Amino acid sequence: MGAGRLYAAVAAGGFRRYATYRAATAAGVFTNTVFGLILVYTYRALWDEKPHLGGYDQAQAMTYVWLGQAFLSTLAIGGGGFEDELMERIRTGDVAIDLYRPADLQLWWLAADLGRAFFQFLGRGLIPFVFGALCFPLYLPADAGTWVAFLVAVALAMLVGFGIRYLVALSAFWLLDGTGVMQMAWLAGFFCSGMLLPLNVFPGTLGEVVRVLPWSSLLQAPADILLGHGDPLPTYLRQAAWAAALLGAGRLVQSAATRRVVVQGG
Amino acid sequence: MAPWTRRGRLAEGLRTYRLVAGMWVRSTMAYRASFAMTAFGNFAATFLDFAAIMLMFSRVDALGGYPLSEVAFLYGLSAVSFGLTDLGIGSMDRLGRRVRDGTLDTLLVRPAPVLAQVAADRFALRRLGRVTQGALVLGWSLTRVDIDWTADRLLLMPVMVVSGCGIFCAVFVAGAAFQFVAQDASEVQNAFTYGGTTLLQYPPTVFAKELVRGVTFVLPLAFVNWLPATYVLGRPYPLGLPRWLAWAPPLVAVGCCALAGLAWRAGLRSYRSTGS
Amino acid sequence: MGEFIALEQVEKVFEVRRKAGFLRRERREVRAVDSLSFTVARGEMVGYIGPNGAGKSTTIKMLTGILTPSGGRLRVAGIDPARERARLAHRIGVVFGQRTTLWWDLPLIDSYRLAHRMYRIPDARYRENLGRLVELLELGELLDVPVRQLSLGQRMRGDIAAALLHDPDVLYLDEPTIGLDVVSKAKVREFLRELNAERGTTVLLTTHDLQDIEQLCSRVMVIDHGRLVYDGPLAGLHEAGESERTLVVDLERELPPVEAPGARVVRVEGPRQWLAFPAGRSAAPVVAHLAARYPLVDLSVREPDIEAVIARMYAERAVS
Repeated sequence: MGAGRLYAAVAAGGFRRYATYRAATAAGVFTNTVFGLILVYTYRALWDEKPHLGGYDQAQAMTYVWLGQAFLSTLAIGGGGFEDELMERIRTGDVAIDLYRPADLQLWWLAADLGRAFFQFLGRGLIPFVFGALCFPLYLPADAGTWVAFLVAVALAMLVGFGIRYLVALSAFWLLDGTGVMQMAWLAGFFCSGMLLPLNVFPGTLGEVVRVLPWSSLLQAPADILLGHGDPLPTYLRQAAWAAALLGAGRLVQSAATRRVVVQGG
Repeated sequence: MAPWTRRGRLAEGLRTYRLVAGMWVRSTMAYRASFAMTAFGNFAATFLDFAAIMLMFSRVDALGGYPLSEVAFLYGLSAVSFGLTDLGIGSMDRLGRRVRDGTLDTLLVRPAPVLAQVAADRFALRRLGRVTQGALVLGWSLTRVDIDWTADRLLLMPVMVVSGCGIFCAVFVAGAAFQFVAQDASEVQNAFTYGGTTLLQYPPTVFAKELVRGVTFVLPLAFVNWLPATYVLGRPYPLGLPRWLAWAPPLVAVGCCALAGLAWRAGLRSYRSTGS
Repeated sequence: MGEFIALEQVEKVFEVRRKAGFLRRERREVRAVDSLSFTVARGEMVGYIGPNGAGKSTTIKMLTGILTPSGGRLRVAGIDPARERARLAHRIGVVFGQRTTLWWDLPLIDSYRLAHRMYRIPDARYRENLGRLVELLELGELLDVPVRQLSLGQRMRGDIAAALLHDPDVLYLDEPTIGLDVVSKAKVREFLRELNAERGTTVLLTTHDLQDIEQLCSRVMVIDHGRLVYDGPLAGLHEAGESERTLVVDLERELPPVEAPGARVVRVEGPRQWLAFPAGRSAAPVVAHLAARYPLVDLSVREPDIEAVIARMYAERAVS
């Protein structure tokens, strides 16, 4: 089997695996919708007090809320991606088996995670967003070009999201129990991706810092393109740069970790 | 051994809970570093939660007509009630997993109430982080809010926190009971538990009237803090309900717990007849 | 006391919902256990076997009070398990072969201390039982070891001890030797034999390992499709279908099928070959014959498994 076909099969497997949990998907859709509802009202109150906060009008702010709910599980910002499983495999030593597979560890998990992300995007992301669009006056661009540009940014966001979580998962090679690290990563992701509040609302230096960090590629970047707030090209460049840097770092850490496993005798 | 009487059952349940929770505390101490980190993480998670609210207030002076101090008051009350419940029985959302992998059966062959065993499952002291953060926010808000502290308002404070725990407990137990039927649907529970506490952290005036009606009359989360807290703050409740309803939380909590108990029994009975 | 465990026309019917089309689901009744009747006397040691999905674990779950029967009458030590689950729990011990009830991150002794308090075992009796079980199951050096560090065999012995601390009258064992090495299996079996002989504990055992039954149980019950299809001594079951054992031979290199008197090659895979020979006969002559003529690397004997025996039993019946 060619390498491309192998990883396509892995990705399809990731997609199917999550597609089998229908009840879990329905439950997730429900939960995302409830959280969307709560947030949308708080944002409305916020923008009532201060119209054009962060450069968004109220419709744009509400759209941002529902985008956030759509991306939460897609980009596994609150956990729930492949990382639990990989960490468990590292902890139990099963990862040694993965290393002997005729496939690259990073690409293997990337493919699986992209499959998962794609399913979550369709299965869990779309419905809350449509619900939001039906119940609230959202800002939805009319031209197809913007939507295509938005989807490209989403794809890049998936790469960046994977890059971050892969590094987190590999930490399990050095730490006995990765729960703590995972929780920290989850926290940082939640706050710095703009899940709680759009990054362009963050004041002063704090705002400038979070807008440079890799997490800004996850939710803020695609949202800005959809909401007509950022030029696609520079946004893509920034996302791609983070994706390359994180995946490269992942490679380095991976080879260090592999040497460790080999030295320990697997 | 004599069959359990109602009081005997409660005592037996509490005893079981203590025994099992104690084992979990010792288990977590096997990984001290991880415990410290997750305890801090738990604190930090909720702290960031409040940081988002502070960031909002860096741009505005009021939300739904409430200044930061009063939002913090609501936040603190909701977070303390929820945090205490989460500390006590927060792992009940793992019931679906136990049903799926069959480990619930191992609890059923022990001479102890199943509810108590499930409630104490994975008892984790790290959840004190959330309670601590909530208490800090509440404490800070009390130094800032302008409340006319009459005796009844003072008395209402502890009543509110205890009743709030009761209401959240009912939500956790009912959610677990639902998982007997839908094992994969543990996330639905999050919508009501985490979603509930998030909702209550903001003033009721922020939300649409229908939503406020829903959490007042259908799923009475509003009795955790909204109704009593608006009374303490001397603010009107958006639905224009009679003031004495501020004292209803204990009754609401007892009612909710009774209903949740029935749901639990129905759930367990269905598990024992279907075994799925 | 004659009937310690008694089942009369016990049934368990599940309703299974199956997908039929996009949103339509059809309901279907599945009889996991169908008018099952048997009794077990106090002190008996009974093997309860059958293919996967035959209704074994459903029966055990009803006997332990986990599941409520849909019909019939069921008593264990005079107790109706479904109605008085907690009272029954004091009289029974349960070991689930693949699910440990021990505390993973804690030293073994902590699990026993919990049982001591949860079952309200009087202090003197707890100390006595613990001492005896630790000695018989050779747990002395393991008591302070966290359970996660125990081997599968050690953990199984630990689980058995945990199930017996409160002196139950009956012990249910679900696949107690699954995945264990030969030495551990032997230890577990020896212990169970002694427990039954010396303390008169009634034992009900489900297993896939015919040797468990052979070495422990004078009586076997076979269940299939929710019905009891055989109840009697193991010997009778063996006769019902003359079974075969398998000798697995690893040769130095790939060779054509080997030849040995009284055995025939049933499978070849690279340098490994499988030979079948009658269960009643010793493997020694076959092994000696092979060792003299072929370059052997390794050998192992596989016992006939329950499913094969049952399958043959059916085949015989169809013929006769």
